[in-house]
Amino acid sequence: MTQVFGEYIEITGQNLEYLQIGFSPSSMPLQLRWRNNGLSADFLADYLSTFFPGDDPETQERRTETRDATSFVANELLENAMKFNYGPGEHSVSVRMELDKDNIRFYAINCVDPSTIASFQAYIQRLITEDPDEVYMEQMMNDAEDEVGGSLGFLTMLIDYKAHLAWKFEYLEDDPNMPIVVVTTMVQLSV
Amino acid sequence: MTEINHEDYQVIYDPDTAIITCSGRFRLRGPEYAPILAILNQVADAKPPAITLDVRNLEFLNSSGINTLSKFTIRVRKHATSEMTVKGSSAFPWQKKSLTNLQRLLPSLQLELE
Repeated sequence: MTQVFGEYIEITGQNLEYLQIGFSPSSMPLQLRWRNNGLSADFLADYLSTFFPGDDPETQERRTETRDATSFVANELLENAMKFNYGPGEHSVSVRMELDKDNIRFYAINCVDPSTIASFQAYIQRLITEDPDEVYMEQMMNDAEDEVGGSLGFLTMLIDYKAHLAWKFEYLEDDPNMPIVVVTTMVQLSV
Repeated sequence: MTEINHEDYQVIYDPDTAIITCSGRFRLRGPEYAPILAILNQVADAKPPAITLDVRNLEFLNSSGINTLSKFTIRVRKHATSEMTVKGSSAFPWQKKSLTNLQRLLPSLQLELE
């Protein structure tokens, strides 16, 4: 079974420039791996910069903006994939970046804990149907004393980077007691 | 003077001027922001007439960092005793995007972008 939220664009891999980073979450403790998120995100951002050659001020600004946005989005997706990946599946976690003529698309793929899916999907519904500015204000004011969690990253992508977000949930096993659920988070930025 | 010195980032608070300076890259895991938030809360709770947060040399801020700065801003707002100024730089595009959100949490906040 597959469930899609938002306008999800499938990975095609055809006629596109792309980079994909994959890792096995169980091979190294989260704390040790965390620093790699920033390094990987910066690598993706630097790699992408080469597709915006030119020294005129307009191109330079576009390159700087794109590098900054890529670094933020890739880092958030890597952090989320690490934090929320559900271990028993033993599936690898990956982040993929595709570049087409007008857009950069990121895909973060990880397993999720089946018991958290309902609340995650309820939050996704809010993100794709409500005004993100209002969700942000409400969340910040309500949670000022508590941990907000990873969701602020999605809100920042929507508000600050005008990103387009969508999700795909794939249920890989039929056994309702032990389903393996893979979520792909898609983030698209206009360039 | 209170300082946190890390390989990737630095936080300095000067109680005489109530200026907090953050530089480097804030890419910590959520709970790792606790020492930084503790300094920020200490500043807010001291209720100086004016607080300056200088992030001009802060190259990167992840969402847990945005959360930390937002919590601090809301604390200043709740006390309603300090004028708050945030100094940023247009050299880092995230600053003009994300720092504006702090102004929405505290409308009287002065945002100075170089």
